[in-house]
Amino acid sequence: MDIMLKNKKLAGAVVSEKTNIPNKKIEENGLPGIRMESRDLTVKYGTVTGVKNISLPICNEKVTALIGPSGCGKTTFLRSLNRMHDITRNATVSGEVLLDGRNIYHPKVNPVDIRRKVGIIFQKPTPFPTMSIFNNVVAGLKLVGIKNKKLLNEVCERALKQAALFDEVKDRLNSPGGSLSGGQQQRLSIARALAIEPEVILMDEPTSSLDPQSSSKIEDLIHELKKNYAIVIVTHNLQQAGRVSDNTGFFYLGELVEFGETEKIYTNPANKRTEEYLTGKFG
Amino acid sequence: MKNFSEHKTLWQRNLWDRFMVALLTFSTIMVMLPLLIIIGYVVVNGISALNWDLFTQELGSPARAMQGKSTGLIHTMLGTAVVDLLAIIIAAPVGLGAGIMLSEYPDHKLNPILRVINDTLNGMPAILKGLLAFALIVKPMGTFSGLSGGFALAFVMIPIIARSTESALMSIPWSIREAGLAIGLPRWRVVLSTVMPAARTGLVTGFLIAFARAAGEAAPLMFTSFGNNYLPNHWTGMILGPVDTLPQRLYSLAISPYKEWHELGWAAGIVLLGFVVTLFIIARMLTREKNYD
Repeated sequence: MDIMLKNKKLAGAVVSEKTNIPNKKIEENGLPGIRMESRDLTVKYGTVTGVKNISLPICNEKVTALIGPSGCGKTTFLRSLNRMHDITRNATVSGEVLLDGRNIYHPKVNPVDIRRKVGIIFQKPTPFPTMSIFNNVVAGLKLVGIKNKKLLNEVCERALKQAALFDEVKDRLNSPGGSLSGGQQQRLSIARALAIEPEVILMDEPTSSLDPQSSSKIEDLIHELKKNYAIVIVTHNLQQAGRVSDNTGFFYLGELVEFGETEKIYTNPANKRTEEYLTGKFG
Repeated sequence: MKNFSEHKTLWQRNLWDRFMVALLTFSTIMVMLPLLIIIGYVVVNGISALNWDLFTQELGSPARAMQGKSTGLIHTMLGTAVVDLLAIIIAAPVGLGAGIMLSEYPDHKLNPILRVINDTLNGMPAILKGLLAFALIVKPMGTFSGLSGGFALAFVMIPIIARSTESALMSIPWSIREAGLAIGLPRWRVVLSTVMPAARTGLVTGFLIAFARAAGEAAPLMFTSFGNNYLPNHWTGMILGPVDTLPQRLYSLAISPYKEWHELGWAAGIVLLGFVVTLFIIARMLTREKNYD
């Protein structure tokens, strides 16, 4: 009931009655604390289908892992959760993605607002090349007109600490973001995403370009972050998915084959293809 | 068995190879030759006419030069600076905007039309751009002016700036834009604050190349800024009245019947050459210096 009330409040005037209806269903399906949910989501690139009819819940304080062989649509799905497809040429999205019960693809919704609530971290670290470490972290605040130096300093420190990078860079916040190592750059990208205080964090293979040590730092970070955020992680690394996630979705050929608690999926998958993939028979 | 005598011998292939390399060397020399000849010829002929007066005196009437009184081209150099600056002030924002549209908004309705029109404008003879400025500004104002010259040169610069801006922005990886959008920045802000600073060197180089190209144009200035033998009484005369520019003064000195003016023409050539070559060298140096990998 709480969730419903909160949803209504958050939804505000923009959301029609119609988009609020699905909240009941969230209550009914027994997964508490659902933050986001996709409904019959289909993404097409021109005539090629990226993912089709994906319905998947994303819960608060939980890590949701998306696994599956290359080209199965994990990243496509992830990017649709904060409207990154808007700038992809030829990409069309149909179906709904609900954030707190509100369809983010509703024509009246501004994608910029969505992206401030749903942050994304990409596979490759992407520090802004001309900015210092400090400016990289606070870019999402500074560039929208927040000038309060004290606030920016606080945010920068908090975000860097959350991303477990603060101690390594605290003495050189003014050096260029590109001067950091690959693993540090990735944590800088995470700090930058956290600085705007999103509610959901999407991670697209965040450790695939990192060495084992940096990877394990980022995994620790995921454990830490999940106390306050809903996290979705796409990964090729099945062990990693097993270690960090609470729920797992298995994608194959653009479809969601199976979704459930990670423990159950890993030990007793309901679908044969899931089992085959997890045991290394294909993929 | 295959008959190997049908194939070329090693000796023949070597000969053929040498012939092709010789052909390429010839082309290379033919490309370099005009520039070397121009520089050499202008410098040899003009160096004797270079003197202090050239940079301090105005031209005046032909009689002045024929009587051996001091004449110079200070009004021409100042005029060139004014007209070229006016042109870049007009062209930079317009060309930059068009370049951003070409690079950053590929889905926009106007994008394909802009691309065709921009390329056409780039290939259009400069004298027609002068004609456009004549019709748009000289006729309504009722006088030749530095302003109309500035517009004419701006039309030369705009398509060059648009294209160079596009390629400078396109060289920045798409992931930078996504990273900007991902932290909830609006698209224009992403371009302005993350893509453009990264592409800064390329953008500046584009401006310089466009500037140098336009600075050497004489044709569009003939019936816009027109030319003037004297410094105006007031500096606004450079913008609102007829004003001298180096390429067009070079032309009128060269076709004049006076020997003294021919020499002055060579001097004008050196000054123009020095100006344009300096700009291109700066542009080249900036291009080499990379600030993003």
